[in-house]
Amino acid sequence: MAAVGDTIKQVKGIDVDQYKYGFVTDIESDKAPKGLSEETVRFISARKNEPQWMLEWRLDAYRRWLDMKAPTWARVDYPEIDFQELYFFAAPKGLEEGPASLDEVDPELLRTYEKLGIPLKEQEILAGVRRQGEPSKLDDAGLRDSGAGRVAVDAVFDSVSVITTFKEELAKSGVIFCPISEAVQHHPDLVKAYMGSVVPVADNYYAALNSAVFSDGSFVYIPKGVRCPMELSTYFRINEQNTGQFERTLIIAEEGSYVSYLEGCTAPQRDENQLHAAVVELIAGDDAEIKYSTVQNWYPGDAEGRGGIYNFVTKRGDCRGRNSKISWTQVETGSAITWKYPSCILRGDGSRGEFYSIAISNGRQQVDSGTKMIHLGRNTASRIISKGISAGRSSNAYRGLVRANPSAHGARNFTQCDSLLIGDKCSAHTVPYIESKNPSAVFEHEATTSKISDDQMFYCRQRGIGEEEAVALIVNGFCRDVLQQLPMEFAVEAQKLVAISLEGSVG
Amino acid sequence: MTMLEINNLHAGVDGKEILKGIELSVPAGEVHAIMGPNGSGKSTLSYVLAGRDGYEVSEGSVSYNGADLLALSPEQRSAAGLFLAFQYPIEVPGVATMTFLKTALNAQRKGRGEDELTTPAFMKLVREKARSLKFPDDMLRRSINVGFSGGEKKRAEVLQMAVFEPALCILDETDSGLDIDALRVVADGVNALREPARAMVVITHYQRLLDYIVPDRVHVLSHGRIVRSGGKELALELEKSGYAAYAA
Ligand SMILES: Nc1ncnc2c1ncn2[C@@H]1O[C@H](COP(=O)(O)OP(=O)(O)OP(=O)(O)O)[C@@H](O)[C@H]1O
Ligand SMILES: [Mg+2]
Repeated sequence: MAAVGDTIKQVKGIDVDQYKYGFVTDIESDKAPKGLSEETVRFISARKNEPQWMLEWRLDAYRRWLDMKAPTWARVDYPEIDFQELYFFAAPKGLEEGPASLDEVDPELLRTYEKLGIPLKEQEILAGVRRQGEPSKLDDAGLRDSGAGRVAVDAVFDSVSVITTFKEELAKSGVIFCPISEAVQHHPDLVKAYMGSVVPVADNYYAALNSAVFSDGSFVYIPKGVRCPMELSTYFRINEQNTGQFERTLIIAEEGSYVSYLEGCTAPQRDENQLHAAVVELIAGDDAEIKYSTVQNWYPGDAEGRGGIYNFVTKRGDCRGRNSKISWTQVETGSAITWKYPSCILRGDGSRGEFYSIAISNGRQQVDSGTKMIHLGRNTASRIISKGISAGRSSNAYRGLVRANPSAHGARNFTQCDSLLIGDKCSAHTVPYIESKNPSAVFEHEATTSKISDDQMFYCRQRGIGEEEAVALIVNGFCRDVLQQLPMEFAVEAQKLVAISLEGSVG
Repeated sequence: MTMLEINNLHAGVDGKEILKGIELSVPAGEVHAIMGPNGSGKSTLSYVLAGRDGYEVSEGSVSYNGADLLALSPEQRSAAGLFLAFQYPIEVPGVATMTFLKTALNAQRKGRGEDELTTPAFMKLVREKARSLKFPDDMLRRSINVGFSGGEKKRAEVLQMAVFEPALCILDETDSGLDIDALRVVADGVNALREPARAMVVITHYQRLLDYIVPDRVHVLSHGRIVRSGGKELALELEKSGYAAYAA
């Protein structure tokens, strides 16, 4: 009891202001006029030099959005967002035209990425940009085995993608990895065919908003039979004040292909709330596999709940092909409010969906996250492992839906939801919905709620481990099943992030 | 010099006084056994020495190498060389024994202002100690104490002690739950740690352990007080006559 009492004391003294990534980059930026109107949509489209069809698509989304209402069913609480007070587009000056070579990139911006700790051999990756004209030299640039351990990075700053590394080398194997704005220009047929095919324009309020004003994000296309030779990764950062970021990502894995993609997010410390409304669509063909990992560390707001990112995200994967597989792995530690349900539509017979999640809330953070597994095909399987950790005065809800349609003969699901509470001012909720319309479906659900015990704290401390480190160790242990799902390169980063996000929850 | 000096120690938990004036001094290089009936306060004494939250000291003092032990946090005591082998070792799910050992050893080293051990140096150290204690490699990969049998847990405690090389070892019933062979291995492990700079306090109910770990002094703890002290022959006497003579 006493140790828990102590923990509570320490959680009270929480200082989320220690947010490690809360610096502001001093870069001149070029913004759209404040507020949202058809004009704003036209401005963004024009700025990106978009073809007419793209503009029409956006305007259609905008008009539908006007008739929609913000969802109220989630366990989150925030004042109504005044969209007329927001900026919907901001580009670092000089980059409006899209990606540039490293020499042309503002050094301040590069320092930003350095500060962000873009993981693993960052220097090499950035050097990759410099050597883009001579890809053959990349292999002896200190990167021993080609492929393994290398990461291609797309970096999105406010509304514009600034660097994409290894693009040419990827192109050799037929992989397209570029900013979505570039895909609209160079691969319009693919974009037209797939964008909005998983998350329809008017799927929900924030998806419609995103469809109207989406700024940038990644486009990935893996051709038939290709195993993507390296991890693909995108870093998102919101820098500008009062600016929304509307990420749009589209990943297409053709028959028999494989890709592993990771996104990381940070934002500076601001008193105002910033909006991030993303749409991510994944499409997996026959026998294709997409592994999508997220390390989300947006600014969570301060101890009183001032500022922080509103993270309203629609992520959905379509297992369109036979025996296709999509797995979502997420480590969610940031944002003032998270509203996010990466889902899988298991359409192809024998397809498989997975959702592995660690959601940590501290201070006044509110998390409402989970997944939907929609079984349509025969013999489809899904697996959900969710680890929620709440500290401080935060609220952390798992909301999940597992559904078998009448056609889903032999559907199987296993769900495990574990919650860990630190202190007694926080809360955890588990809201599982299960709908089975096929009698042969087998759904299993397990849930636990636990606390870090006094015994565990004393045991660690007796062994010399200070309170804060002990909490991090125990929480990392609690999350181990999920951490193991992350690509190796990022697992260590994620463990550190777990420790950082709980900093100040003790001590 | 006396390593551990306990004077008139009164302590309790949840408002209940359990230790009622402990006097004990343990010089470096010696092994002291503490015996006594169930509920007499042996584990409580070990918790108070290790600094467990909620165990309040109302009177008395404890000095460790001349410094005020009670002024230190549990992790500071650990860094200063105090180790407690738990009567009931605690499970930490998902934390591999190897990871736990490494985190702990490096935390202790940091607490002493020493550098962290490199991973290879650490692995070598642990492998060596594990081998000498017949601690299987696969258990190093398993979550600490999770699903370990009673005897395996005790062995894991001794492994930690061997890796940390503490100056003051308190073993709370480390012999309970061990089969004869394991008892031998554990006792050998403990004996291997005996040296002039190290002191040990061994809490046990059984004279049998003291055949292997021969103590310099034996103390009887009853109702929160040391009621009798003697040489190793005292343990034999207790084995015959029990604690009836010390009932309050
Ligand atoms: N939280 C508590 N509240 C009240 N009494 C307690 C509490 N914790 C321990 N006690 C009591 O303190 C006494 C001493 O317990 P302790 O565990 O120190 O005994 P012990 O000598 O180690 O016994 P054993 O030989 O069975 O291990 C016991 O009577 C026990 O019930
Ligand atoms: Mg005891």
